[in-house]
Amino acid sequence: MNRHLNAFIAGLALAIMILIGLFGSRFVIYLTSRVMILSIFAMGYNVLFGRTGLLSFGHAAFYAAGAYGLGLYSLHVSSHPLAGILAGIVCACLLSVLIGFFCVRHTEIYFAMLTLAFGMMVFSLIWNMRSITGGDDGLVGIMRAPIALGLVAIPIIKPQAYYFLILLLLIVSIVLIYRIHHSPFGLVLAGIRENERRVAFAGVSLKNYRLGAFVISGTFAGLAGALAALLESHAEPFSAHWSHSAAPILVTLIGGLQTFSGPIVGSVVFIVLRETIERFTHNWMLWFGLILLVIIMGFRGGIVGILSRWRK
Amino acid sequence: MSLESIVHVCLAGLSTGMFIWLVASGLTLIFGVLGVLNFAHGSFYMLGAYCCLSALKIMGGNFWIGLLIGPLFVCAAGFIIERFFLRYVYHLALPYQLLLTFAFVLVFDDLVRILWGGGSLGSPSVPGLSGSVDIFGRYFPTYNLFIIIVGPLVALGLWVLIEKTWYGRVIRAASTEREMASAIGVRVPALFTSVFVFGTWLGAMGGALAVPYVGLLTPGMGEAIIIDAFVVAVIGGLGSLKGAFLGALIIGLVSSFGTRFMPAFDMFLTFILMAAVLLLRPQGFFGKAS
Repeated sequence: MNRHLNAFIAGLALAIMILIGLFGSRFVIYLTSRVMILSIFAMGYNVLFGRTGLLSFGHAAFYAAGAYGLGLYSLHVSSHPLAGILAGIVCACLLSVLIGFFCVRHTEIYFAMLTLAFGMMVFSLIWNMRSITGGDDGLVGIMRAPIALGLVAIPIIKPQAYYFLILLLLIVSIVLIYRIHHSPFGLVLAGIRENERRVAFAGVSLKNYRLGAFVISGTFAGLAGALAALLESHAEPFSAHWSHSAAPILVTLIGGLQTFSGPIVGSVVFIVLRETIERFTHNWMLWFGLILLVIIMGFRGGIVGILSRWRK
Repeated sequence: MSLESIVHVCLAGLSTGMFIWLVASGLTLIFGVLGVLNFAHGSFYMLGAYCCLSALKIMGGNFWIGLLIGPLFVCAAGFIIERFFLRYVYHLALPYQLLLTFAFVLVFDDLVRILWGGGSLGSPSVPGLSGSVDIFGRYFPTYNLFIIIVGPLVALGLWVLIEKTWYGRVIRAASTEREMASAIGVRVPALFTSVFVFGTWLGAMGGALAVPYVGLLTPGMGEAIIIDAFVVAVIGGLGSLKGAFLGALIIGLVSSFGTRFMPAFDMFLTFILMAAVLLLRPQGFFGKAS
C-alpha cells in the first residue's frame, strides 16, 4: 500500500514537472529550474549529512568547482554543454577526493571546521586569481550552445528546452542516489551514522566509506554548480563562500533529515517561500531564521517527517 | 625592508589580533563550558557595535558611555537565546545546535537592517584617544595602541576570574563534570545561562570597542569576524582561552604580514594554517588531548 502510494506521488510529481515545462510561464520555468538544481545539490549533500551523519561547511567549494569547471571549459575549450557539464563534474570530483582525503580523518565539530577551512581556501583562490577566475566579477558570458549529437543538434538556448535537460539530469540523479542509499555501501554509511564503533569492529574501514560518501556528495554538488552556471550564464565567486554551504543544510532540515525525499520537498519550500516573502518584504532572512527556529525547536522531522507521522 | 616598517606591520597585526581575541574569548568561553559552537557570536559583536553607537548618540555623544551601556542590551538578547532556546538543544546532535545559532545569525542580520537601515553608519571620535602617536617617524593611531593594551588586560581579567575566584572554580567544575557538579549542589542550568550571558557581553564589548576602529558599521560585519574567530579558536584549541589568545596573536600577525608581502594570498594563509593545525594537532596548541 505504502509502496503504491509513494509510486503514485512520484508519478504525479513527474507529471506536474512536465506540465510546468510545457505550459509554465518564463518565470515559473526559471524558478522550477532553480528548485531542481538546489534539489540535486541537497540530495547529494544528504548522502554525507543525513546518511553518514557528517556536517560539512565546505560543499559550496565543490558547487563552485562545477560552475567554474564548466565555465572555463566552455569559454576556452569547447562550448558543447554536455562536455562542459562533464568537465564541471570531473573538477568537483577531483577536488572532493583531494579535500575529502584530509577531512575524513576527523568527525563531528573538527570535521565541520576542516571542511570550512578547505572551502574558504577554495573561495580565497577563486577570489584572488583574477586572471583565471575573473575575481569578484566571476566568469561571464557562458553560452548555452546546442547539444551536438552527431547528425542532430538539440538547441537548449530557450529556457524551456534547458528546463527539460535539467529535469532529465535530476531524474538520473534521483535514481542514482536511490540506488546508492539502498546498496550495501549506503547501508554501511547509515551504520556509521548510528554506531561507528560497531561498524569499525565489523572490519569496515570507516575512512574509506566516509571518503566515498564525501566524494559522491561533492560530485553531485559539482553537477548542480555546472547546471546553475549554464542557467545563469555566469559563475560567481560567492557560490564558493561558506554561507552558500548552509543552503543544502537548511533545505534538508526543512524537508526532513534522514528521509529520501526530504531534500526535494525542502528545495521546493525553500525557493517558493523565499520568492513569496521577497514579494512582501526585503527581510526574507528574518522570516527564514524564525521558520528555522520553529523547525529546530519543535519539528525536527521536517515536512516529510510530519507528513509520514500523520499518515500512520 | 626597514625596521620601522616591520615595527608598524607588527603593530597593525597586534591590533587586528586583539580585536579578534576580544570576539574569540567569548566564543571560546561558551564552547569550553557549554560545548556549543556559537555562530551567533558574530551577531553579538555586530549588535554590540550598533547598540554602542545608538547609546552614545542618545546619551550625548560620549563614546565611553556608549561602551558601558550598549553591550548591556545585547546581554538581554543573549539571555533570551540561552534561556528559551539553546537550553533545549544541548542533548541534541551537533548540527541542530549549530543551526539553531545560525538561525539567530539570519534573524539578527535582518533586525539590524530594519532597526538601523541597510547602509553603513559613520562612527564618532573617541575623547582622549582620537589622535595618533609618532613611532619611529611614522604615525600610528592612538586608539589602536589602546586596543593592544586592552586585549591582554581582558585576558588577564579572564584568567583571574577562571582560576582565582569562586565563580571560576564552579565554572571549571561544571565544564569538566556536569553531573557531579550538579550533585554537589551547583545549579548548572543557571550557571550555563550566566556563562552564556557573560560570553555574549564579551562579544558585544568587542563590537563596541570596534566602533571607532572599523569606522563604518555595516550589517554584514558580524559574519566576517565570526570566521576569523573560529579560525583563532580552532588554532588555539577549541575551548582553551590561553590558546585563543595566542591564536589571535598569530592570526593577526600572519594576516598583517600576509597583506604586506603577498596581498593576493592573505586569506589563503589563515585558512591553510587552520587546516594544518586541525590535521596535525586537532586539539590545538593548548587544548587537552582527547
